[in-house]
Amino acid sequence: MAAPGLSAYLILAALVFTIGLFGVLTRRNAIGILLGIELMLNAVNINLVAFARFEADLAGLVFTLFVIAITVAEVGVGLAIVIAIFRVRRTVDADHLNLLRG
Amino acid sequence: MMARAAFLVIAGIAVAAALALVLRRNTVHGALFLVVNLGCVAALYLMLGAIFLAAAQIIVYAGAIMVLFVFAIMVLIPGKEETGPDPRRTWRLLAAPLGGALLLELILLVVGRTAAPAPTGAAPSDNVAAIGRLLFTDYLLPFELTSVLLLAAMVGVLLLARSREGSAEPQGAGPEASVRGSAKPQGSEPEASLR
Repeated sequence: MAAPGLSAYLILAALVFTIGLFGVLTRRNAIGILLGIELMLNAVNINLVAFARFEADLAGLVFTLFVIAITVAEVGVGLAIVIAIFRVRRTVDADHLNLLRG
Repeated sequence: MMARAAFLVIAGIAVAAALALVLRRNTVHGALFLVVNLGCVAALYLMLGAIFLAAAQIIVYAGAIMVLFVFAIMVLIPGKEETGPDPRRTWRLLAAPLGGALLLELILLVVGRTAAPAPTGAAPSDNVAAIGRLLFTDYLLPFELTSVLLLAAMVGVLLLARSREGSAEPQGAGPEASVRGSAKPQGSEPEASLR
């Protein structure tokens, strides 16, 4: 079999997901955290499309479309929140945003 | 053989771009590396026969979302935020073994699957019509809910990102002037308590 199989795509998606998780956990910048979340969502999309191809089920492609649409909403609201926070606190460092800490 | 080589090249570029995004501190560079990663993922979609999704990925992700990201980065100029010494470096380095454990677990799951299902049939090259039919029959309710979600997100973004005085704010003033020049009842309180 010349073409890469399902396992290759799943492992690639696992790699990208893990890198994105590492970014989310280590970045101090709120926008950097959002970028890491983008990576993780993309890894999920790779999985969905790979399963749709290898299981011959188009539902995976439809769900990928939904994930893309929801990502757009998430990024828009997230960046708006970051900008609103920046207006008030003059920082986007996530370590300084501890107003709700008990 | 050709497909495997192409997959390896694309996957290598995607992983390298993701690593560069995570390890570089510059957020603008991070956004540009994310564009590279998204382009590679679109190429993978093409290899998997999902033509429509590849186009949507390029248009929505690499087009709209990245413009939004770069715009926000330019507005906020957060480049100076991460230059200082990290007070929680040891805690943050715990993310590496955590991510490594997750990766190991996922790879073990993938490798330990019972039987690799053979790709059934040829790649569905023209599945755009099928996706559209599926969207408007089986998945009609989620589709409409998605549009409601997008509308709610749009209204929320407008509410969150407007200046406090609404239309009375002069447009060319920029964020600094809008913070200093306007008397904000709930804005000035946490700013004072931060310092």
